[in-house]
Amino acid sequence: MPTIYIDNKPYEVKAGKNLLETSLSLGFDLPYFCWHPAMGSVGACRQCAIKIFKDEKDANGKIVMSCMEGVKDGLRMSITDTTARAFREQVIEWLMTNHPHDCPVCDEGGSCHLQDMTVMTGHDYRRFEFKKRTYTNQYLGPLIHHEMNRCIQCYRCVRFYRDYAGGDDLNVFGAHHHVYFGREKDGVLQSPFSGNLAEVCPTGVFTDKTLKKHYTRKWDLTTAPSVCHHCSLGCNIIAGERYGQLRCIVNRYNSDVNGYFLCDKGRYGYEFVNSANRITEPLIRTRPVEAVDETTLMNHLKNLITLHPVIGIGSSRASMESNFALMQLVGKENFYQGISDDTAYLEGRMVELLQQGDVHSVSLKEIEAADAVLVLGEDIWNTAPIMALAVRQSVMKTAANQATQQSSLFAWHDAAIKELVQEEKGFLANITILSSPLDAISAIAVHESPDNMARLGFAVAHLLNAGIPAVSGITEKEMLAAKHIANALQHAQRPVIITGSSCCNEALIKAAFNIVQSLHTPERKAGISFVLPECNSTGLALMKAPSFEGALERVITDDNCTAIVLENDLYRHIPAAEADTFFAQCKNLVVMDSLHNRTTEKAHVLIPAATFAEADGTLVNNEGRAQHFYQVFMPVNTHIKESWRWLGEMKTMQAKAANGLQQHPDEWLAKLEVTLPQFANIAKVMPSHHFRINGQAIPREPHRYSGRTAMQANLAVSEPKPLQDDDSPLTYTMEGYTGIPPSSMIPYFWAPGWNSGQAVNKYQQEMGGALRKEDPGICLFANKKEGASPFFKDSPEAFIPRPGKYLLLPQYQLFGSGELSIHSKAISELVPAATIVLSKKDAADLGAANGTLITIEKNDFQYRLPLIIHDELCNGIVLASAGYQGMPAPPWGSWVKLSV
Amino acid sequence: MRQSTLPGGGVKIMLSNLRTMWLVFLHLFHKKETIQYPEEKIKLHPRWRGRIVLTKDPDGGERCVGCYLCAVACPVDCIALQATEDENGRRYPEFFRINFSRCIFCGYCEEACPTYAIQLIPDFEMAEYNRQNLVFEKEDLLINSQGKYPGYNFYKVAGMDAGVKEKGEGDNEEPVVDIKSLLP
Repeated sequence: MPTIYIDNKPYEVKAGKNLLETSLSLGFDLPYFCWHPAMGSVGACRQCAIKIFKDEKDANGKIVMSCMEGVKDGLRMSITDTTARAFREQVIEWLMTNHPHDCPVCDEGGSCHLQDMTVMTGHDYRRFEFKKRTYTNQYLGPLIHHEMNRCIQCYRCVRFYRDYAGGDDLNVFGAHHHVYFGREKDGVLQSPFSGNLAEVCPTGVFTDKTLKKHYTRKWDLTTAPSVCHHCSLGCNIIAGERYGQLRCIVNRYNSDVNGYFLCDKGRYGYEFVNSANRITEPLIRTRPVEAVDETTLMNHLKNLITLHPVIGIGSSRASMESNFALMQLVGKENFYQGISDDTAYLEGRMVELLQQGDVHSVSLKEIEAADAVLVLGEDIWNTAPIMALAVRQSVMKTAANQATQQSSLFAWHDAAIKELVQEEKGFLANITILSSPLDAISAIAVHESPDNMARLGFAVAHLLNAGIPAVSGITEKEMLAAKHIANALQHAQRPVIITGSSCCNEALIKAAFNIVQSLHTPERKAGISFVLPECNSTGLALMKAPSFEGALERVITDDNCTAIVLENDLYRHIPAAEADTFFAQCKNLVVMDSLHNRTTEKAHVLIPAATFAEADGTLVNNEGRAQHFYQVFMPVNTHIKESWRWLGEMKTMQAKAANGLQQHPDEWLAKLEVTLPQFANIAKVMPSHHFRINGQAIPREPHRYSGRTAMQANLAVSEPKPLQDDDSPLTYTMEGYTGIPPSSMIPYFWAPGWNSGQAVNKYQQEMGGALRKEDPGICLFANKKEGASPFFKDSPEAFIPRPGKYLLLPQYQLFGSGELSIHSKAISELVPAATIVLSKKDAADLGAANGTLITIEKNDFQYRLPLIIHDELCNGIVLASAGYQGMPAPPWGSWVKLSV
Repeated sequence: MRQSTLPGGGVKIMLSNLRTMWLVFLHLFHKKETIQYPEEKIKLHPRWRGRIVLTKDPDGGERCVGCYLCAVACPVDCIALQATEDENGRRYPEFFRINFSRCIFCGYCEEACPTYAIQLIPDFEMAEYNRQNLVFEKEDLLINSQGKYPGYNFYKVAGMDAGVKEKGEGDNEEPVVDIKSLLP
């Protein structure tokens, strides 16, 4: 390890880093703007100036930008040097000549990197007497607000938006001191990662537009570490509350999962928590006055669950605790997954493959570090956007690594590496039904039917491992693609195969598994990643309960059943006819959910459940990583409780012993790992609710939290006792442990002098690396059963369109397919219209044109949607928008009739 | 009991007492410091820190922009507000509440206020029999005056366009940049 001297003190540092990140890692405060740990250095802002010296005797030294200078053994530098400090102060002073005087009305104020850096350099008084430059703003859609006057020209926005996230509708225009960052003309930003601009921008040019509607400063938020509920990736988030409303979501750094960035669905999909559609009181629909108090509800429930056989329907969007509490209440044999047989089978298959065999389930970080990626059948751009971002990084980084191997350039030297790399790309094969933005960076993009994609996968596996039989009747073109892919994967050190459940095709999963298994050698670390539909799909699948069909049979044979449906709109997963039968057959239907939907309409007893922000819970993401989310705020409405708490109370009643059974989340988890051994270690995901650091709990509120004695003074002037959180080591006050807590329990990032989100620097062991006291979640697939699983040898037949019938497959949309995110106003504005997609030939056969309403028909399912013709879609397949609000669950993966 | 060791000590003590009595006697002829409050009002200096008000700008608009700086500066946390915006993007408080039963009249809120909106005025007559009546809402706080600092309108100097002036037309602002021009 090289030794460098900072202000004449020796430090052992890591080679290959630049001096800025080295200084920051060592704990020095050195101001910067354009450098970002995820994006490298360009030396644009001139803010991180330091002095370096030739040797000990050199008294003059020279000023350099620390972000552009690599670590060298014996290097002598000074951060505190007077000239360097004056230089940094002057740079800020120049920036401030044009920065407007609007911090009081700027949403960045109080969490602004520019404010922090200005204070850090010591600049405090304006000497410049002339006028300030002004710009007009642009409308950038409902997610991002634009205030161009505040720009300091650090170029971070375009570097993130274009280079990192691959967007092309944000750019820099103009010249000299008139450069302008925006779009060519007003319009909605197209990238699904545009929300990150609010965090990437060091000042307030781009800010969160949804937060603006109910603006709260960072210091006034009650925040807690949480996990995103909008897809299966489980990105870490910090959710903030004020006055009983969820106000915003910001990124919570987890080096193994989401790193620095979130997708727009995760960032802006939170407003369902504040929705007017929330269930606010318990209802017993069989009574003349439906709204009841808790005692009446519990007495009523007591009859329902003690006098009738009880079955439970679990949910892939409810926490492990809630699902397990339901299983405990109804008994293991009476617990069912609330998803269709086909979905449950597919998900069960994926989980099974990850549990056994020696294939490795990769984290997002490992996908970023992969040197060849094969996406087989999953439209990750829409179903797992942050994974798509990780795949993009893998492609860009592989090219950069190859380029830097032949030169002496450092990996952080962003602009120089871009010059060197030019148009070179790492290997990505994107094999999907329809084209996706990832095609632009793919070496191979194939658009095929699921069966043919699987055949291609089997062909690749055959080329990698002769033990797998060749695919019969494969075309020459397919063989060429398979050879290309197999060759690239074989030459890779860390190949990753991605597939998922959205094609409703098991053969794809088998093919992906075959490829990974074939690639796996002692010297090559191959990995697989399955994308699942919902945030806790993996957790529910791991419970290995029978699917909804089992529950349906149960209620048909036994007409005296009480069914408890946990946070699940069955109409989204089950064909309407089946769901109707189920509801009709249930003697009593108890539904717990947070939002009204078609299932809650049918409930005889409706129980208000807490959303993720009001609950503690644990989710298992697609990788098998269990992560705990903490309650952000206690709902003012005391009727709203976590599902596991309701179910625990019902269990207490059922056991007829009314005391001592109150369970905390950590106790639920401990019980879960004992009851279901596949969840071994899951209880380590959170510490005991008694956990304290130096006898102190971790405060959810920063020490500057304001308004405590006035917030509720309109109701009663005497302040109430602070809320007590008995379920976790976090507390609802400003008092408590002020140091760095274990990483899974960080409620907010703040350090003295660092008020913006970039305070995460101080929480990291090294810049862009793991957090101090890192606790990235518990990987449930880490301990595998012995022995490799056998290869699959049954490649599917080639896809042949059937006359007059079409294979119906779902088309997921980032905005629109989510059950909860759609209740955010900003997101609902961006939802594309629901459509069906056909190939040109199929549309011509039907005599339909773009926009023609087409009816999808199968048995008693009927639905009409306008048509969009897509050239890339293969004949014989019809895609329909999936998961849209109010749409019945179509029979995915089956052959349907179409009519105009 | 010890006796004074100084010669003539007793005489000194006696003289001191006599002097005190004389001074007290002189006060009979001084101007009275007490006043007949409440019939007679006390005169307070303009910068005396009493009741808190929210003022208006010279154009009659609300000065408060809901920046939360007063709330965070308040050592007893007795200010709570919620910012909102009108159709022009001008910020104002949706509600603004001061719990005067907690207020210590330190004036930090006034010091923190970047728009001269919140001001402490020389009025202290706020006693109430019922503590709840000491909770003041925005309608109780807002006065139709510029208070101590006339002539200041934040939005004229803030750069942004919030319906008060267009971009580039504020005090100390250059006209809006034409981004299509490459001229120096």
